Amino acid sequence: MADPILDIQNLTLRYPNAPTPAVCGVSFTLGQERLGIVGESGSGKSTVGRAIMRLLPDATMQADRMSFAGVDLLNASEKQMLKLRGARMSMILQDPKYSLNPIQRCGDQVAEAYRTHVSTTKSDAKAKAIAMLEAVQIRDPERVYDLYPHEVSGGMGQRIMIAMMLLTDPELVIADEPTSALDVTVRLQVLSILDDLVKQRGIGLIMISHDLNLVRNFCDRVLIMYAGRIVETLDAKDLDHARHPYTRGLLAAQPRIGGPRRPLPVLDRDPSWLSEATL
Amino acid sequence: MKPFEVENMSITFGKVTVLPAVSFQIEAGECFGLVGESGSGKSTVLRCASMLLNLWDGEARIGGKSVKDMPAMERCRTLQMVFQDPYGSLHPRHSIRTTLSEPLRIHGLDNQQQRMEQAMTDVGLPLSFLDRFPHQLSGGQRQRVAIARALILEPDVLFLDEPTSALDVSVQAEILNLLVRLRDEKGFTYIMVSHDLAVIDHMCDRFAVMKSGHIVEVLPRTAILDGSAKAPYAQELIAASLAYEGAA
Ligand SMILES: Nc1ncnc2c1ncn2[C@@H]1O[C@H](COP(=O)(O)OP(=O)(O)O)[C@@H](O)[C@H]1O
Ligand SMILES: Nc1ncnc2c1ncn2[C@@H]1O[C@H](COP(=O)(O)OP(=O)(O)O)[C@@H](O)[C@H]1O
Ligand SMILES: [Mg+2]
Ligand SMILES: [Mg+2]
Repeated sequence: MADPILDIQNLTLRYPNAPTPAVCGVSFTLGQERLGIVGESGSGKSTVGRAIMRLLPDATMQADRMSFAGVDLLNASEKQMLKLRGARMSMILQDPKYSLNPIQRCGDQVAEAYRTHVSTTKSDAKAKAIAMLEAVQIRDPERVYDLYPHEVSGGMGQRIMIAMMLLTDPELVIADEPTSALDVTVRLQVLSILDDLVKQRGIGLIMISHDLNLVRNFCDRVLIMYAGRIVETLDAKDLDHARHPYTRGLLAAQPRIGGPRRPLPVLDRDPSWLSEATL
Repeated sequence: MKPFEVENMSITFGKVTVLPAVSFQIEAGECFGLVGESGSGKSTVLRCASMLLNLWDGEARIGGKSVKDMPAMERCRTLQMVFQDPYGSLHPRHSIRTTLSEPLRIHGLDNQQQRMEQAMTDVGLPLSFLDRFPHQLSGGQRQRVAIARALILEPDVLFLDEPTSALDVSVQAEILNLLVRLRDEKGFTYIMVSHDLAVIDHMCDRFAVMKSGHIVEVLPRTAILDGSAKAPYAQELIAASLAYEGAA
């Protein structure tokens, strides 16, 4: 792969006073593609995302290499990071309720986030924000611009977040469980809106999710994490042919519509998964 | 085994009518699903029927008897509830032994030790866990304790409000298997709320689709795949679930 957006080699991260590292020897590169990270809760998915954004100042972080579009993330100053975050790399979190300021109009938050990184007039920022709300398929963007977060539904809130995160034209977007709080009927809409924008703009996307169906349908490649390690990397289309017993166990444990009604296979955790060389 | 029915259940919070008039019937020993968008009133139906909320109109009957006419003690021995969040539903400073013995003591039941051990065995937990506290258990183990607490009074009906939504699929599989086994062994009647139609298909015989406080349609599980749903929202929910699973 020529010039990856992100190149991470042998990342290990330990929270203060934690007995074991939360992330252990993780390596991957990301190009203009959609990379899924799946695994059970606590496997270290969000920690990887936050480490890339350098949002874990108290944790001890080591890596052989950690670079983003030529910037050395291990040694970048906080000042450099402030310029990157929200501009060239953005993060979309699970619940827009906690990401949006409850006492500011939604549209103003989008416009203001843009003005933090791009020097322009208020009216230009507002016009850009409205155009972006339209790009995330909000039908009446002028009206929605003036609404407060509590006045919009979860799905609408998440589209507003996507608009805010994509308006600065980032090269990297990390979406951490972006639709886990949404009803299934709106989940697909939000995912396909994000998917279209990511493809159109050539953004590198890291999609963090516990949900195998989501990464199967909305990613090109998938990393499977277990206890802080990557145990397997697969093309999303080959997910059902996973080789690692952990991945296979997760797939088998999931009930499927029209599936047989026998007891679901439960995961049999093998201690050797913790000592295998990571792939 | 006892049947369960709800007739014209309605409730209003302030000016907002959350349930206008909900009715449905469940056969003895059936597993009945409740699905629908968040905020549609699924939990409210269970909270009314279990009298966690008591200012509602209409009727809910178990084995023909109104829950409103049951003294609290009788109600607890007739219906029990398991919630989504196994963290929030257990008292953090009570050992599992205290959690399980308290209902036995309140109801003055004999053979307490034996009943506790039976409940632990029923949900597949080692007896040594009786002396643990919730924070010493995993999410799945906590949900097993919540189920043990629900079944220790030998109720007829169990209300399951998204019992596996907070759990990983691997742990969900264990809890669903446990719930299936317990229903086979003890003849419980279940109402199960879930947002996951694959879980409903795996567990339930029939399910009701709710929207804005109304049951828009009651369907057999076969309707998920055979396209027989008539209500537009039921069709939309089924289509979205199938597309999401990548089956479509
Ligand atoms: N701020 C933190 N301080 C200490 N430990 C943490 C912190 N955040 C996460 N952890 C721990 O790190 C591990 C990985 O967590 P996380 O990355 O959030 O997993 P995931 O996103 O896969 O659920 C877990 O054991 C978790 O308890
Ligand atoms: N105690 C309450 N006071 C006011 N409104 C409530 C209360 N409980 C629930 N509601 C409202 O009732 C509606 C249905 O809620 P709920 O039954 O929890 O939905 P569901 O379980 O389907 O997601 C929601 O709009 C909710 O805000
Ligand atoms: Mg996480
Ligand atoms: Mg609910």
